[in-house]
Amino acid sequence: MSEIILETEDLTKDFAGFVAVNGVNLRVARGTIHALIGPNGAGKTTCFNLLTKFLQPTRGRIVYKGQDITKLAPADVARLGVVRSFQISAVFPHLTVIENVRIALQRQRGGSFDFWRSKSVLEPLNERALALIDDVGLADVAHVTAVELPYGRKRALEIATTLALDPEMLLLDEPTAGMGHEDINRIAALIKRVAADRTVLMVEHNLSVVENLCHRITVLTRGRVLAEGDYATVSNNPEVREAYMGVGHA
Amino acid sequence: MVDITRPTHTKTSRSEAIAFVLMVGFFMVAPAFIYPVFLMKMLCFALFACAFNLLIGYVGLLSFGHALYFGWASYLTAHSAKVWGFPPELAILTGAATAALFGLVAGSLAIRRQGIYFAMITLALAQMMFFFALQAKFTGGEDGIQAVPRGWLFGFINLQDQTNMYITVLVIFLAGFLLIYRIINSPFGEVLKAIRENEARAISLGYKTERYKLVAFVLSATLAGVAGGTKAIVLQIASLTDVNWPMSGEVVLMALVGGLGTVFGPVVGAFVIIAMQNYLAQVGTWVTVIQGVVFVICVLLFRRGIVGELANLLRIKL
Repeated sequence: MSEIILETEDLTKDFAGFVAVNGVNLRVARGTIHALIGPNGAGKTTCFNLLTKFLQPTRGRIVYKGQDITKLAPADVARLGVVRSFQISAVFPHLTVIENVRIALQRQRGGSFDFWRSKSVLEPLNERALALIDDVGLADVAHVTAVELPYGRKRALEIATTLALDPEMLLLDEPTAGMGHEDINRIAALIKRVAADRTVLMVEHNLSVVENLCHRITVLTRGRVLAEGDYATVSNNPEVREAYMGVGHA
Repeated sequence: MVDITRPTHTKTSRSEAIAFVLMVGFFMVAPAFIYPVFLMKMLCFALFACAFNLLIGYVGLLSFGHALYFGWASYLTAHSAKVWGFPPELAILTGAATAALFGLVAGSLAIRRQGIYFAMITLALAQMMFFFALQAKFTGGEDGIQAVPRGWLFGFINLQDQTNMYITVLVIFLAGFLLIYRIINSPFGEVLKAIRENEARAISLGYKTERYKLVAFVLSATLAGVAGGTKAIVLQIASLTDVNWPMSGEVVLMALVGGLGTVFGPVVGAFVIIAMQNYLAQVGTWVTVIQGVVFVICVLLFRRGIVGELANLLRIKL
């Protein structure tokens, strides 16, 4: 197996008695697309929140590229190159498409505490922003306010914004949720393309997307890892079929 | 595809430039037909409301304790001018520095919480300092600090002269207004707007949002302090009214009536509220009732505020 980029040991989150994530050991190999699947309430999103430090784990360790990141602040995790998306589309609704992407590009400047300077100093970033926007097929709406975009295009904008940080690792929380067929195919192709030189960990409900895209799959139920392996192994596991896909799926 | 490289910032600034020229023009001729002291008081409140709007309109933080910075700055300005014999410019700076310091302390505590909790913490801290102002000796308690000398600006401009005083206040207001405009149109301001729109996303992009919010809070408190200090010099008094909680509510009302998150809204809002208080003074306590009605009408009928609705109607940015 290739090098492990992100690893958890005994990762646990206890919400006042309700254990949402229970002793999860996850190993994500560099350069792969790794899926986290499981029924509702299995702890997938909580897992994401723990990995990106939006939640503090009750117990356990998170190691990224050999560095213990268990105690870091969420912004610092992002600065290390682990950037997440959200289940609910995370754009800045009243900013234009180009402004959305530019906020991420602005991070290259380090801190942006210069309140005395005109924002025209950000104009050199526009070219790169437009290139990123073009990449996800949004060039025609570059100056449209994000709130006016249809759902699928908002998700595309979100990915463009994430890519603007040039992260080594992307955590995508249900990137195709609530999308029509056409959008799903477009986003899946986009994920495949950007994953060429990156590592992707994604929560996904659409099993055909998982089958086509993901190299490795971890199945969670009730906060625990139920099974792990490639799609064929996981989908033939009887426990998984019962817990996740239901009897009717066979 | 033609205008795809159009820079994002030139798109809307023309309407703002025209409005700015109109505003300056108005304040230049206004003393000819409006009582100058009233106008100066109005300019101080306008700057106060603009400083408050920097937080609510561009960071999405509702402070319910801005009287703390406005009122305490006016006390320190009055005290340093009257007792320590500071020249007016230094006295106002003393007031602003006090407000900045209070802003730093209150801000570091309040920004840890969101929404209503944030508002409650700012209110609680402001009330604490109100009672301190009520009890402390140097504030003069119920009497306030009276007969504050206007003094000589930079040692040679006599501020007893109404025209000199008016020009000074106008310059301070315009400088504060332009500084706020620059802040919201700076790289820093871009991050503030991102935080207002979606804080979790801003964090996930690697921004330490609490630091940005704190800097914005201190800037807002400082500018509120400049407004409070200037008011103490103009009206030659610092009193409990300026540090009490109804003042915190009044500035919310001004920003709301004028239009939250608009550049000119707070100025218009301050003008409307102060004018109402001034011209309706004869009806006594009914002023509060009328203000309440205006507030309700605003929330029900034109939520964007006067300037916000106007900008929306004309499809421009103001």
